[in-house]
Amino acid sequence: MNLFDYVRPASLSEAIAAGSKPGAAYLAGGTNLLDLMKAGVAHPGKVVDITRLPGLDRIETLSDGSTRIGAMVRNSDLARDPSFAASFPAVAEALLSGASAQLRNAATVGGNLMQRTRCPYFYDPNSACNRRESGAGCDAIGGETHSHAVLGWTETCIATHPSDFCVPLAALDAVVEMEGPDGTRDVPLADFHMLPDETSPGGADLKPGEIITALRLPAEAAAFAGNSRYLKLRERTSYAFALVSAAAMLRMDGDTIAEAHIALGAVAAKPWRASAAEELLNGATPDAETFARAAEAALDGARPSGDNAHKIDLAKRVLTRALTQAAAGTPDRMPALPASVFASVNGASAHA
Amino acid sequence: MPLSISLTVNGDRHDVPLEDARATLLDVLRERIGLTGTKKGCDRGQCGACTVLVDGRRVNSCLSLAMSMDGADVTTIEGLAQGEDLHPVQAAFIEHDGFQCGYCTPGQIMSAVGLIAEGEAGDDPERIREGMSGNLCRCAAYPGITAAVIDAQRRMAEAEDERKRA
Repeated sequence: MNLFDYVRPASLSEAIAAGSKPGAAYLAGGTNLLDLMKAGVAHPGKVVDITRLPGLDRIETLSDGSTRIGAMVRNSDLARDPSFAASFPAVAEALLSGASAQLRNAATVGGNLMQRTRCPYFYDPNSACNRRESGAGCDAIGGETHSHAVLGWTETCIATHPSDFCVPLAALDAVVEMEGPDGTRDVPLADFHMLPDETSPGGADLKPGEIITALRLPAEAAAFAGNSRYLKLRERTSYAFALVSAAAMLRMDGDTIAEAHIALGAVAAKPWRASAAEELLNGATPDAETFARAAEAALDGARPSGDNAHKIDLAKRVLTRALTQAAAGTPDRMPALPASVFASVNGASAHA
Repeated sequence: MPLSISLTVNGDRHDVPLEDARATLLDVLRERIGLTGTKKGCDRGQCGACTVLVDGRRVNSCLSLAMSMDGADVTTIEGLAQGEDLHPVQAAFIEHDGFQCGYCTPGQIMSAVGLIAEGEAGDDPERIREGMSGNLCRCAAYPGITAAVIDAQRRMAEAEDERKRA
């Protein structure tokens, strides 16, 4: 880890002033930043500790019915907030399927959005990586690619975004609130993470000095609470990043799907909203054939970026199953293994 | 800002001057305060050997920047026993063979204490295994660990009931 200056500003404006300087990095829970610094991937000259800024740790309902979550709310606190979990069960399930209990106690809402890709070539300073160094090239291409992107990638970057939390958030039209040297700004979460193009590797839409202050879920997002699931396929039962994941939320009208919201995780450099699949489901009857067609539509245009064609099939199966689980109804209690493919449809223990 | 932090560790206050800001809470506990029960395993948040309680919540001390922990109330494995009386989780780990080499054990025990305090897992072995998944045991003592957590949780609940009746 490199030497750095440490500052702990008392106000948001002081933090932004300090964080606007070249080489500065904001520190919240530190679960990703410290790891990156230890790996030699991140080497900030100044660490600006924003954990004690006032007013960023609240979960509140605004007058328009939307839910506002302060950027410094810890992942575990949000997932275990009874009112939040009841209104947005798939978000709570996604949070609890991520990392470990220790990490969730430290990691913050804002930090989750800002976490970097887990591409091993990004994490290895001896490999070429356009995300680490613009124009350096990409050693992942032609390398070990079994977990890399199958949607939205270019020759510049084939990394995926690792967040579970962001997947249902993208499906529920969450909005990111930011404040920076030029004032405040709102960006839909679905646009916050930018895909790579022919020259840029993409990344978070955050300008120098800007801080994520909150996340907002619109009032309408709670209408999906009765039929919401997150399903995450990983290479071990717990404490692993997704190989592919899906958030499926349905607003039912009797036996018909009135409205579907769907996003896929770990398939692209951003949580992947599947609008074509949603349109196909709106007004449809929830049955296996319809869900299979929706899954085909969600993966339309997918292509392997290496040895990962299997992810396309896996994503279709995971989405089909997530939709089936959502149609069966949100479990009364959080499943013992949140988002696990080893849990039964209703979330009951598979091998207690 | 002078580089100095104040921590309450197992009830005792420590004022620790730091040479530079790079120290983690784990480094300070082991190298500066001399509490080596908390272990450095992977040092990257992947194994859980460094688990301690900060303000009552279990965290990976290897990923906690010490400067950011200024003022925190920390509990380590050294702070659990009351004199010669082991904490119920410590006693249960011995009784149920919850370890072999013992390197991960302080982290396992602190994580179990945190898990029981969270009150989510009860005596469901699957919820306990899931709740303990941030702690790896390369000796694979997992069946004993799960049994120990279930037993300790039950004993602590019984002791609490008894205390309330008294």
